[in-house]
Amino acid sequence: MSDQKIVEKLKAKFSSEVLDVVVYRGETTVTVKKEQIVDICTFMRDKLGYNLLCDLCGVDYMGKEPRFMVVYNLYNITTKQRIRIKAPVTEEDASIDTVSTVWGTANWHERECWDLMGITFNNHPDLRRILMPADWEGHPLRKDYPLQGPDREPYQGRLS
Amino acid sequence: MAVNNTETMTINMGPQHPSTHGVLQLILELDGEIVVKATPHIGFLHRGIEKLSEHRTYHQTIPLTDRLDYLAPMSNNLGYVLAVEKLLGMTDEIPERVQRIRVIMAELTRLKSHLVWLACHALDIGAMTVFLYCFRERENITDIYEKVSGARMTSNYFRVGGLSADLPDGLEQEIRTFAESMPAHIEEYEGLLTGNRIWQKRTIGVGKISAEAAIDIGITGPALRASGVDWDLRRDNPYSGYEDYDFEVPVREGCDTFDRYKVRLDEMRQASRIILQALDKLKPGPILADCPKIVLPNKQDVVNNIESLIHHFKIVTEGFKPEPGEIYQSVEAPKGELGFYLISDGSSHPFRMKIRPPSFVNLQGLPQMVEGRLLADVIAVIGTLDIVLGEIDR
Amino acid sequence: MGVEQSKTLGSGFITTSLDKLVNWSRASSMWPLTFGLACCAIEMMATGAARFDLDRMGIIFRASPRQADVIIIAGTVTKKMVPVIKTVYEQMPEPKYVIAMGACASSGGIFDTYSTVQGVDEFLPVDVYIPGCPPRPEGLLYGLMKLQDKIRAERNTFGAAIGVGDVIHNEA
Repeated sequence: MSDQKIVEKLKAKFSSEVLDVVVYRGETTVTVKKEQIVDICTFMRDKLGYNLLCDLCGVDYMGKEPRFMVVYNLYNITTKQRIRIKAPVTEEDASIDTVSTVWGTANWHERECWDLMGITFNNHPDLRRILMPADWEGHPLRKDYPLQGPDREPYQGRLS
Repeated sequence: MAVNNTETMTINMGPQHPSTHGVLQLILELDGEIVVKATPHIGFLHRGIEKLSEHRTYHQTIPLTDRLDYLAPMSNNLGYVLAVEKLLGMTDEIPERVQRIRVIMAELTRLKSHLVWLACHALDIGAMTVFLYCFRERENITDIYEKVSGARMTSNYFRVGGLSADLPDGLEQEIRTFAESMPAHIEEYEGLLTGNRIWQKRTIGVGKISAEAAIDIGITGPALRASGVDWDLRRDNPYSGYEDYDFEVPVREGCDTFDRYKVRLDEMRQASRIILQALDKLKPGPILADCPKIVLPNKQDVVNNIESLIHHFKIVTEGFKPEPGEIYQSVEAPKGELGFYLISDGSSHPFRMKIRPPSFVNLQGLPQMVEGRLLADVIAVIGTLDIVLGEIDR
Repeated sequence: MGVEQSKTLGSGFITTSLDKLVNWSRASSMWPLTFGLACCAIEMMATGAARFDLDRMGIIFRASPRQADVIIIAGTVTKKMVPVIKTVYEQMPEPKYVIAMGACASSGGIFDTYSTVQGVDEFLPVDVYIPGCPPRPEGLLYGLMKLQDKIRAERNTFGAAIGVGDVIHNEA
């Protein structure tokens, strides 16, 4: 089944949810609304066969609206196909439902996303910091977080 | 009358522990010798590579990838440069010689990584000799690394669009001799371990995980293939010309530590096969793609030709600028699927680089594999997952 | 090293100073802690393996800090790791030495970021810095030999051991 057909099936089921479809360098990216992300992911897994969640991450488009994007890179082990789902998340309400009930692997990915990007995952079983110390303040991967940390004067001698 | 005391005991393992393969911390809840609950704590080596890459040009990011999975630096280099090449849309322009050398180095890296895995895994379970044998062969690979890149570990050898230098004279023969000798060495390790009753008792039936559970938790690579899932990115989504080689993907159904051991050993045999095939197909040719706006020109042209000088200056001071877009590229690293998700905003720095490290995801399966089993099995399971904290924490 | 066969006591005796005896024994049996942090730890393992063979110098890795004399900080030190390293260091008995192995442990290296400590000397007294990313096994061996020189040059080590005065550190 081609990527186009898959997108058509997804559109047929969730016509009001799909915001945008982009094909770039042979990769299909579907942007969807965040409200029904769990249903969409369950549909992708059960009906379209995307049984492996390769990666889940957050992206910070600071200055744009909505500010954040949560990205799901899916893989179908049977047909060896990839697809990417994205869901925009606003800064005021930086939260999205967890998909750890759909793919168990999402658990740690979502913890990392919360830790580094500050996006809350509703109904997550164990949402706490994973890479940074438990008492860390701030979310380092946000674009407004300085590379060398807030408590250091950045070195001016080079690019970074 | 015996009193039933049901209180459990919590013990801490790591981050300073010889068997945790780095700075992994495990909080284990024990009922006698049985593990009731295992909670991994990671992040003790979080160096901020993803954030750092947003402040480096695409070329400057290559050395950062060396230090992700430092047991297999060239696999990381390969994953990253393939991702950037895909972002630039120049995947088809990579010369044949470059692809062959990349495959040779990637497979040598697989051997290198698996040798350290076997050495440490055996050492943890109590077989000291294997450690010394494996590091003996690993030294040969570090010698080859040193000859091609100048460094024993952090190679930084691949470039976007090619390689930093061609193979030095005589190295092809050295690699061939090494690859030919490898199957005999693997027999040697098998002779020490496979039939060994202590080894069998410590590995057979230990750390079982079914195929469904493994896919759900996202385990990839040899650990997944030992659970009966026949999936290898080199064969199924080929990159860098892997479709030209004749190799088998070892799959076993045992789902346990012993079968993961056997799968990795078989993979090492296949890796030597691929190296020999690639050496046979290796022909002289250019080692950089013909894309002057992206690839550094050779030094001779920079001195003699104003156009090359300008390109050189622009690439070094600014770096190249891919058009806005996003791609995901993954390779079959020794530990599983290593993915790079790159977003470009049209500037000379990655807007966002998300690394999908195989060890990070594989480690998530650890609680499932050890809970309900003996404390001593935790050591065997950490070994069999083949984790590297550098890429878990990034 | 100042060991002399005694002329007055006969052939069964040698004379030396107590400091030299103590220094000799300390320098000849430096037991480092197996404490790998990152990439450098792999080179540390390679140094201990067959080709470079640390054992021939009396350097045997110990898994417990209680039995170790030297801690080799082999890799990047993150802010999350600092309390752990401090605890491990405090568990080691005196006299104890610290080797900063590699660029990250010496200065933070290429990781000038929010999470990385810019050199382990911010909280531990470092005796020997070894450059490299990672240092070659020969580099680590040289660093260990430099530490031996430093130990041999110490004065009043016996006195300090029995509670009389402090160790005087001389330049090697």
